[in-house]
Amino acid sequence: MKEPVSNSEVAVKSALKGRRRPKLLRNLAAKIAAVPMILVALVGFVGCSVWSIFYSFTSSKSLPKERFVGFAQYERLFDSSRWQTSVENVAIYGVCSLVFSLTIGFLLAVALDQKIRFENTFRTIFLYPFALSFIVTGLVWQWLLNAEFGIAQVIRDIGFSGFEMNILSNREYAIYAIVIAGLWQGTGLVMALMLAGLRGIDQDIWKASRVDGIPAWRTYLFIVIPMMKPVFITTLVIIASGIVKVFDLVVALTAGGPGGSSELPAKYVYDYMFGRANLGQALAASTVMLITVLIILIPWAYLEFSQKRNAKHG
Amino acid sequence: MVKSIHEGMQGPHGPKPKKSLSARNIVLYGFLLVAAFYWLLPLYVMIVTSLKGLPEVRMGNIFSPPMEITFEPWIKAWDTACTGLYCEGLKVGFWNSVKILIPSTVISIAIASVNGYALSFWRFKGSEIFFTILLFGAFIPYQVMLYPLVIILRELGLFSSLGGVVLIHCIFGMPILTLLFRNYFASVPEELFKAARVDGAGFWRIFAQIMLPMSLPIFVVAIILQVTGIWNDFLFGIIYSGTTNFPMTVQLNNIVNTTQGVKEYNVNMAATLLTGALPLVVYFISGKLFVRGIAAGAVKG
Amino acid sequence: MKLVRNTLAAAIAFAAIATTTPASAAELEVTHWWTSGGEAAAVKELADAFNAGGDTWKDGAIAGSAGVARPVIVSRIIGGDPMGATQLNHGRQAEELVEEGLMLDLTELAEKEGWKDIVRPASLLESCTLDGRIYCVPINIHSFQWMWISLNAYKKAGIDAPKDWNEFVASAPKLREAGITPLAVGAQTWQTNGMFGVIRLGLGGMDLFLKTDVERDSEALRSDTMAAIWEAFGEARKLDDDNNSIQNWNDATSQVINASHGAQIMGDWAQGEFQVAGQTAGVEYDCLPGLGIAPALDTGGDAFYFPKQDDPEKTAAQLRMASMMISKSVQVAFNLKKGSLPVRGDVDLSAANDCMKKGLEILKSPENIVPGGTQLFSPDTSGQLEDLLSEFWTNPDMKPEDAHDTWATIIEEAE
Repeated sequence: MKEPVSNSEVAVKSALKGRRRPKLLRNLAAKIAAVPMILVALVGFVGCSVWSIFYSFTSSKSLPKERFVGFAQYERLFDSSRWQTSVENVAIYGVCSLVFSLTIGFLLAVALDQKIRFENTFRTIFLYPFALSFIVTGLVWQWLLNAEFGIAQVIRDIGFSGFEMNILSNREYAIYAIVIAGLWQGTGLVMALMLAGLRGIDQDIWKASRVDGIPAWRTYLFIVIPMMKPVFITTLVIIASGIVKVFDLVVALTAGGPGGSSELPAKYVYDYMFGRANLGQALAASTVMLITVLIILIPWAYLEFSQKRNAKHG
Repeated sequence: MVKSIHEGMQGPHGPKPKKSLSARNIVLYGFLLVAAFYWLLPLYVMIVTSLKGLPEVRMGNIFSPPMEITFEPWIKAWDTACTGLYCEGLKVGFWNSVKILIPSTVISIAIASVNGYALSFWRFKGSEIFFTILLFGAFIPYQVMLYPLVIILRELGLFSSLGGVVLIHCIFGMPILTLLFRNYFASVPEELFKAARVDGAGFWRIFAQIMLPMSLPIFVVAIILQVTGIWNDFLFGIIYSGTTNFPMTVQLNNIVNTTQGVKEYNVNMAATLLTGALPLVVYFISGKLFVRGIAAGAVKG
Repeated sequence: MKLVRNTLAAAIAFAAIATTTPASAAELEVTHWWTSGGEAAAVKELADAFNAGGDTWKDGAIAGSAGVARPVIVSRIIGGDPMGATQLNHGRQAEELVEEGLMLDLTELAEKEGWKDIVRPASLLESCTLDGRIYCVPINIHSFQWMWISLNAYKKAGIDAPKDWNEFVASAPKLREAGITPLAVGAQTWQTNGMFGVIRLGLGGMDLFLKTDVERDSEALRSDTMAAIWEAFGEARKLDDDNNSIQNWNDATSQVINASHGAQIMGDWAQGEFQVAGQTAGVEYDCLPGLGIAPALDTGGDAFYFPKQDDPEKTAAQLRMASMMISKSVQVAFNLKKGSLPVRGDVDLSAANDCMKKGLEILKSPENIVPGGTQLFSPDTSGQLEDLLSEFWTNPDMKPEDAHDTWATIIEEAE
């Protein structure tokens, strides 16, 4: 993303570099300043992950113990119907949030980009839930979706007296309640990202397409969206990382119920880690989560960084 | 990059609007109004419910405005709602959250800004590798790190203390903040930096005298991100802060999950609104900056 | 700012009071998950008794049942910031923490006060014992084996209140006609699991229960009688409310109290809620131990553990608290509020209500007593059972025979 560096600048740079000091001491202040970052990266992220993976091969209960059991924890994990439900649910949640938040977020951004009145008001309305916590989000939707007092009652009051809507206590639909609440909280962010992307597109594109008489929707679909690829990728990664982490929302909205039908992997880990005192099982589950994230992330990182490198050298 | 930020703040780009009552406008505003309705509904219901008395909540319709406005639920939520014998409402949690929020925000931003600066102008061998690890860290499920961090904090003697939870927030805030600052400083013209180097200024002087004064906007963005993020945290608060330092979100969850006798939906809603109030206020005040921050921080990543 | 000043002033005033108390006093933080109306009233008895001795009870209630509270409690002990005392169900939950030497050894105090002679049934103290040392104070006997009937609901429906489970099932259609949901159940998973335990003991009888839960005998686990019980439990799913949106057990008890639901299968702790609501046993509600079929009780219960402290003064205060909890007056006052039975047989319980007296009567004969779930299974196994039972309860498509098979496997493979 940097501006191309001119030749004279390169010359200055190499001249600066020319004043060599002993290797370790060079750039000393910067290295000292980076100590917290290095510690967090190595001890925090790498260290903790390695620790977790290590103990996932043990039969640790409340406390970490080096009693190795090979892949037994993983076997149990993949056999567990609760874990299967959790994975299915995170897939449903993931696909729904990706599809809907990208579509709705993009459509809202396009709508806001039409020189409309009250743009700021609308934007504020769509984005405000993002400032609220998942706990708050969960509680509000629990109240709205309450089968006795919530929206269902309102619909009954209008005259549909037999109307029943109990998605929170229905095994099949409870996960969609989480989707609805999650979309309410997070779509605003997608919209903001998309809007920023749209505003970054060259005005000339529009002029050109108008001159050529191309309808607006085709311009969006075939010209604008491809141009916004980096924005889409970033958004995708942000949403995807959020999906794996969903925890508070389930706790506040359904507590995994009814009957474990809206359990998610993050909650599985949490429950086994402390409440059920089976650390090994919890860590096996968290390791599977970690690997999944890496599988998503590594291709993206590779793409990002190789592109940048090409841009720089090009 | 500077150029693109300015571009980003230009006006809308879409085709010019035609006359006001065209079919296109009806569809457009219809869509926006329906969406606005969906997004505003929960806030409206929260406010309305929190202002009703309990009998009215049980009788009526969640959308109907209160017949008799009462602030009882708000007072109760703030001052006297109970969890067990502990009947202090949310006020203690509020101050705990403030105590967690201020040092966490200040320290994490201080560290991240220096990091971002170092990564932009003072790259050293391996700095990019550490940064990449850090970025990956942003996506690691928290659950992977929960338990080892308990042990680390125990060894540091920080578990279940204010210091501990602040440290945790600094760790988890670092990736995104560092990214934010690195991208911002990357947009600063390199000539500025070189000129200062030629004048003999060092690492810290350039940071303090040149970079800081020009990076006010990104600091505002970072503050907003951290304030909302830390305030809304639940998981770290419940595990690392200790019962006496429970933040407001944890106490909110405590209060709404406690029923002594009847379930007081109105008090729960008032408590929910109180907990969401601070980030909402920050968000409404900062408005455009918030959006700009998201754009600058995320899109250019 | 005014608020800050006020808190400051309060803090100074508090410090002033604190310094005037005797040097031996200490403040102990006590964590527990007793947050319902009846529970809070019972905890208050403990706190008052402790404070009366000059010490300070710092209440650390954590809402949302043991599932939410236990992680907080356990992580704090592991993390090296132990509380002064904490509730845990005795039995297997704290085993490893004790092995690791994180809990205070109460053996000396127990010997001095002769806990062995006063605590009954003896199994309660045994659950607190590891390698001959005592690590916790059993504070009450809780039994899940109760069914609570709303007499008001039956009056509303115009039929006689049932005397046992079978009558209750038979009366369900009549209740439905009167717009009353027969059975109140909260969504928390432990409730369904506990309810199944009650139905198992009630319909299957004592011998089968001991074979399945204590001996974990495969043959009994997979017997025809068990299959029939699963079948009955599957039928019971229809008694529930489809629109059930409540989580907490005490919200379900409220539904029985206000007669919108006919009955609830819940432990004797539900009694505290009836009491807080001002209802009397035999008038507004009735209680059936062992489903009214087999008068048996499981003797689970709550216990307090005292995580080791560095400060000897705190350790002294912990011992004072332990002694206080098992003392006669506290046992009576606490258990009357809690709806549970005292752990010592030598106290005067003339103030007890009819339901508690029924319980005491059953408790007199040892052959009526089975161990409670937390004594039998590790939290891991209990958790798996809870997952299974709650799924079965909410999923009408799940066949009893399939659930039965999974259930038997979980218990067979349990540690």
